[in-house]
Amino acid sequence: MLKKLLAGTALLALSAGAAQAQISGDAVKIGVLTDKSSLYADVSGEGSVVAAQMAVDEYGGKVAGKPIQVISADHQNKADISSNIARQWFDTEGVDAIADLVTSSTALAVQEVARDKGKVTLISGAATSRLTGDACSPTGFHWAYDTYALAVGTGRAVVKEGGKSWFFITADYAFGHTLEADVTREVKALGGEVKGSVRHPLNTSDFSSFLLQAQGSGAQVIGLANAGTDTTNSIKQAAEFGITQAGQSLAGLLLFITDVDSLGLQTAQGLVLTTGFYWDMDDETRAWSAKYEQKIGRKPTMVQAGVYSSVLHYLRAVEAAGTDEGIKVANKMKEIPVKDMFAKNGKVLANGRLAHDMYLARVKKPSQSKGRWDYYDIVRTIPADEAYMKPEASGCAFTKK
Amino acid sequence: MLELLGVPPQVLFGQLLLGLINGSFYALLSLGLAVIFGMLNVINFAHGAQYMLGAFAAWMLLKFAGIGYWWALLLAPLLVGLFGVVLEKTMLSRLYRLDHLYGLLLTFGLALIVEGMFRHWYGVSGQPYPIPKELAGGYNLGFMFLPTYRGWVVAASIVVCFGTWFLIERTRLGAYLRAATENPVLVQAFGINVPVMITATYGFGVALAGLAGVLAAPIYQVNPLMGSNLIIVVFAVVVIGGMGSILGAILTGFMLGILEGFTKVFYPEASNIVIFVVMAVVLLIKPAGLFGREK
Repeated sequence: MLKKLLAGTALLALSAGAAQAQISGDAVKIGVLTDKSSLYADVSGEGSVVAAQMAVDEYGGKVAGKPIQVISADHQNKADISSNIARQWFDTEGVDAIADLVTSSTALAVQEVARDKGKVTLISGAATSRLTGDACSPTGFHWAYDTYALAVGTGRAVVKEGGKSWFFITADYAFGHTLEADVTREVKALGGEVKGSVRHPLNTSDFSSFLLQAQGSGAQVIGLANAGTDTTNSIKQAAEFGITQAGQSLAGLLLFITDVDSLGLQTAQGLVLTTGFYWDMDDETRAWSAKYEQKIGRKPTMVQAGVYSSVLHYLRAVEAAGTDEGIKVANKMKEIPVKDMFAKNGKVLANGRLAHDMYLARVKKPSQSKGRWDYYDIVRTIPADEAYMKPEASGCAFTKK
Repeated sequence: MLELLGVPPQVLFGQLLLGLINGSFYALLSLGLAVIFGMLNVINFAHGAQYMLGAFAAWMLLKFAGIGYWWALLLAPLLVGLFGVVLEKTMLSRLYRLDHLYGLLLTFGLALIVEGMFRHWYGVSGQPYPIPKELAGGYNLGFMFLPTYRGWVVAASIVVCFGTWFLIERTRLGAYLRAATENPVLVQAFGINVPVMITATYGFGVALAGLAGVLAAPIYQVNPLMGSNLIIVVFAVVVIGGMGSILGAILTGFMLGILEGFTKVFYPEASNIVIFVVMAVVLLIKPAGLFGREK
């Protein structure tokens, strides 16, 4: 009797084991690793966690019959802290995929860790095009935008409007460097010139010195290759020092809607920017953004909308692959098309880059705006083909021809 | 034309002036810290948060009460100073008998709480605060464009700094204060109410931080993190000047602002560490700081 019981239990355990082997730890766990306390906390931060949760809720809370969990942590924009958290999440907490990863230096570090462990990264917050270039990973994805798309969007538009000579004020870390390099390439390709650049530490409050150097260069355009409060403080102080009145124009190479909101239209009006998402595009984006705003009190940035889209697509791929094993899910993600309120006809390229339409926008005048968050005129849609680099040309090792 | 290391002189003049402007903030903030440390022996780590509170107080006065810059210049420091008085009465005063570290931990904790609350309410992007009409625009000085507002900041800072120095070093009230620091029991025996004086001093130091906050509001985004970004630098200024030395804090503030300004021209990547390098060197050579006395 006992023998039979034991055999039965063993059999049961075996069969259960076989069914569960597909989803590790009996749950699909998504970690949102982001800046919750510093200068990018409005751009991504808690809003990204909420966006990821919205994707999970919309999916029904279960994938391949197993529950989905979202956890989150603050990486403080530090590469060492973020890779430590990532290791801990992968090794002891059973996290299957990490989303958001704002700040390029942290994204590069975590993607490296994830590649070694065969886990998926869904990067929306970081900008550097190296993530799908020389630092690419077979299980790494770059979702909302990148420095290449920003250069193609804003860089080209400004040069075509006559801004031929440039001076860069650049944030001194991975993101600023790639953004400056990408825009420089676009400017030179269109016959423009770069008169110089100055690099400032991340999270600087006074930009007057750098602005004065930019002014002294005599360049027509001052390109701001920085983000968050670094950009808003640069723009605010440029107005104070009469730089725009004196005929030089500013190009905020990476501006989020929260930056425009914090500057106010009076200061921000007329700025040209490239974005992967704007809440007021169609009924779908408006409905999603309204739901989001109820939870957070702000409209979503392209990063937060991107986190939603990447998590949703990841879940679909897990369902289709029937497993949460990194490389299998990653291959599935590249196979199935991306279609949601964020990316209408997106396609994940071989190097992990989501190619989706980008938008060139101009910030409205105060008189044109109907209220808070009504900030952008969409000037042009930049088709995915044009906005993103071909995988063969990206420098990614496994897509080189 | 005469050039220094490839930088034309008008750029250098410009940077000198900008350094002076940033130095005004360092001076005002480190002055408050020096007053508090000199008189109370408390390392006030909440100073950055109090500076931020000053800026937010100005912003709130404008947004919710329609009270403009000039009144805010008076009201915001008063409000923030009052906050300091309450803090001193209810919490800080209990720590004077203990090691310096406890005051530091308490004020640091308070700073985190205050900043966390504002971050929760207002996010980190910051709120815009316009430059007052009377001070908008600027002058073309030939070598650079000087916004009127920045000129005002330098002037206001110099007046306040040397006013404070005069009050503490050259008046009877200041003499009581300094005496009370040296020997509180004896001064109390002469019939002077030392606890009230100490509370008032802390309130005054905190109000100085609030004032710096109001002055900063039109230049920087009014942002919950604006204080924590600055406070570490200001501490370095105080250490370089000599803990507790009023004149040291003021002069070092201006000097380091200028030094930082030049670094931004010659090697901008190092502009956020140059002050700490100076601090390390000063501590090695003169551990009590440039203007400090060995105790």
